Amino acid sequence: MIAYIIRRILVAILLMFIIIAVTFSIFFLVPRLAGASSDDLASRYVGRTAGAEQIHATAERLGFDAPLPVQYGRFVKQLFFGTDYNLGPTTEHCPAPCFGYSFVNQAPVWPDLLDRLPVTISLAAGAAVLWLLGGVSIGIISALRRGTVFDRASMGVALAGVSMPIFFTGLLLLTIFSYKLGLTAPGGSYTPIQVNPARWAYDLILPWVALAFLYAAGYARLTRAGMLETMNEDYIRTARAKGLPERRVVLKHGLRSTLTPIVTIFGLDLGLLLGGAILTESTFSLPGIGKYAVDAVTNNDLPKVLGVTLVAAFFVIFASLVVDILYAVIDPQVRLG
Amino acid sequence: MTDDAGKQRRPSAEPAQPPGQDWLEPTDFPPASDPAEAARPGGGSRRRRRRGRAGSLLEDRPGPQAAAPNRFLEVRDLHVHFPTQDGLVRSVDGLSFTLERGRTLGIVGESGSGKSVTSLAIMGLHEKTGAQISGEIWLDGEELLGMSSEEVRQRRGQKMAMIFQDPLSSMHPYYKVGEQIIEAYRIHVDASKKQARQHAIDLLGRVGIPQPAKRVDDYPHQFSGGMRQRAMIAMALSCDPSLLIADEPTTALDVTVQADILDLIRDLQSEFGSAVIIITHDLGVVAELADTILVMYAGRGAEYGHAEDIFLQPQHPYTWGLLGSMPRLDRAGAHRLIPVPGTPPSLIRVPSGCAFHPRCRFEELNGGLSQTEVPAMTEAGPGHQVACHLPVETRRRIWETEIKPQLDGDRTEAR
Repeated sequence: MIAYIIRRILVAILLMFIIIAVTFSIFFLVPRLAGASSDDLASRYVGRTAGAEQIHATAERLGFDAPLPVQYGRFVKQLFFGTDYNLGPTTEHCPAPCFGYSFVNQAPVWPDLLDRLPVTISLAAGAAVLWLLGGVSIGIISALRRGTVFDRASMGVALAGVSMPIFFTGLLLLTIFSYKLGLTAPGGSYTPIQVNPARWAYDLILPWVALAFLYAAGYARLTRAGMLETMNEDYIRTARAKGLPERRVVLKHGLRSTLTPIVTIFGLDLGLLLGGAILTESTFSLPGIGKYAVDAVTNNDLPKVLGVTLVAAFFVIFASLVVDILYAVIDPQVRLG
Repeated sequence: MTDDAGKQRRPSAEPAQPPGQDWLEPTDFPPASDPAEAARPGGGSRRRRRRGRAGSLLEDRPGPQAAAPNRFLEVRDLHVHFPTQDGLVRSVDGLSFTLERGRTLGIVGESGSGKSVTSLAIMGLHEKTGAQISGEIWLDGEELLGMSSEEVRQRRGQKMAMIFQDPLSSMHPYYKVGEQIIEAYRIHVDASKKQARQHAIDLLGRVGIPQPAKRVDDYPHQFSGGMRQRAMIAMALSCDPSLLIADEPTTALDVTVQADILDLIRDLQSEFGSAVIIITHDLGVVAELADTILVMYAGRGAEYGHAEDIFLQPQHPYTWGLLGSMPRLDRAGAHRLIPVPGTPPSLIRVPSGCAFHPRCRFEELNGGLSQTEVPAMTEAGPGHQVACHLPVETRRRIWETEIKPQLDGDRTEAR
């Protein structure tokens, strides 16, 4: 068990380094291969009006003229130890983990990300609870009542749920509940949980519902299919033969096996969402990581994009690590492997 | 909880009837004792009348048989039909048998003959499968088919328990073996977790699992196939059931383990005094264990009687076929098995008349009767019933002069 967890952690760390290398290549190596000079790269970091001299100086200051392996070394080093940016007149310190220094708003990326992380976490966690509870229970009921009106209706709604993009359902919800009925907060509202938990939930309820609807649909279908399969297993018949009440047969024996694939998908979904729920955050104007990334892309602010990419990658890897470990808890047969 | 005779070890090696009393008393088994059977002498017309759901069917039966029989288990005219898109599957179509405590009944037949469906019907496990069940199943003075599903559930695991064919897939892979036994125990018995755990350890020890106190915390995948089947048996016995149904308990097991499991079942039966139904396609298994044998074909009984009669005086051509296809070690030299020709019938379009007639070598001996009329179970000897149109004398003659010599395998010919 311990060996299994250690092995998984080592794999996760290795994966993280690979992703850092790939990300670095995309941002620094590929432009070089495509023929961009170090000056071209530097030009992104200075104002439009800068002259060639100025650009060249910037490139030198940022070390773009150094050989690529050296640049990669610096890149990894700044992630762990931070670095100092020479801005010409002044020197700016970018503390670890330094994902880069945005030259658009003259600030290191990491504190910015830290500011926005609670928003994204709040959004993802709340929605996750909703969709997990909703999707799984609808899936169970559908499976047990296969072919009934409930089953068909919920599977129809589920199909609609996976088909409708969030900017459609989100805007629809906003229009009806916030602007017509005035029941919920308008877009762009966010209150940190430590300030006022009730207000926090009130502000986030619509984004939660919109996001959860999208995911719950998939989970309902997944749970239904899993339950239909599991309930035909021999060990379910054994459970019934023991004289267990049907409720216990379903919830203890049936659901347990069905949950295994759901936990996997749930972990990855959550990890991905923590790297920024781009569409939801944009639709509801929530100041989270996703919104940050969109704004950065619009502004061509590469260090921010790079920072978000690495943070998102970290979350996905971390989530799959947690899933792997959870797997060993859920499925005792994994421990041997 | 059981009578003394039930606790006696079955005299497996001894021939003929148990001394003193005939426990199964198949002699006065229907038609004589069962008014329902007596009221319907013609097998064919009976079949047509018994379609549809249990409730409506019970009413058109003549009165007095509603009284509880004095046998421990009595199945009367059981029908289990499954409506499918292709038609009605008649998995069990008019089956009757009885069983006393402490005795073992072997149900034998090919795949699809309705053996397992019968056992699941007794256990009440056909719920939600859309099965249409009619007939009567009396267990210890209670009629099971007329009970609510909750009432049947409370008896499941406690009064009647079941061992399934594949111990690998029959145990939940995510729960410890001990947990699964404890669960089976505590659902029916008001015991603390500690008591239940001790009970589980005792049971595991009783079924021959070494170091039960340690193995109780293992998962099923940490058990070998034979050990898993032992654990399944421990689970089935956790509430001391008076009826134990073993559905092909050794089919999925290594040959070397099979005999161990059968011995275990026999030992436990003499210890617990339960009635045992052992379902198998392997005549060797029932030869080992059963007091009486019911040979099933296409959802109906073909031959029913004491094990000795079935093995030494079989009268149904299908039983002959089964005996011929059973490898025997008591015969020296190369012995050729004689398979039953053809394939098992479709249960949607069961052959008319005797369902076995398309595969029967002696079909022409009764003037086409077997193509038109369903043979009823009739007495062929004391406690021996056969559903065959051939006259008893003809069957005896064929067995003695034709089949038996062939089965006993004259060594010279085989070489």
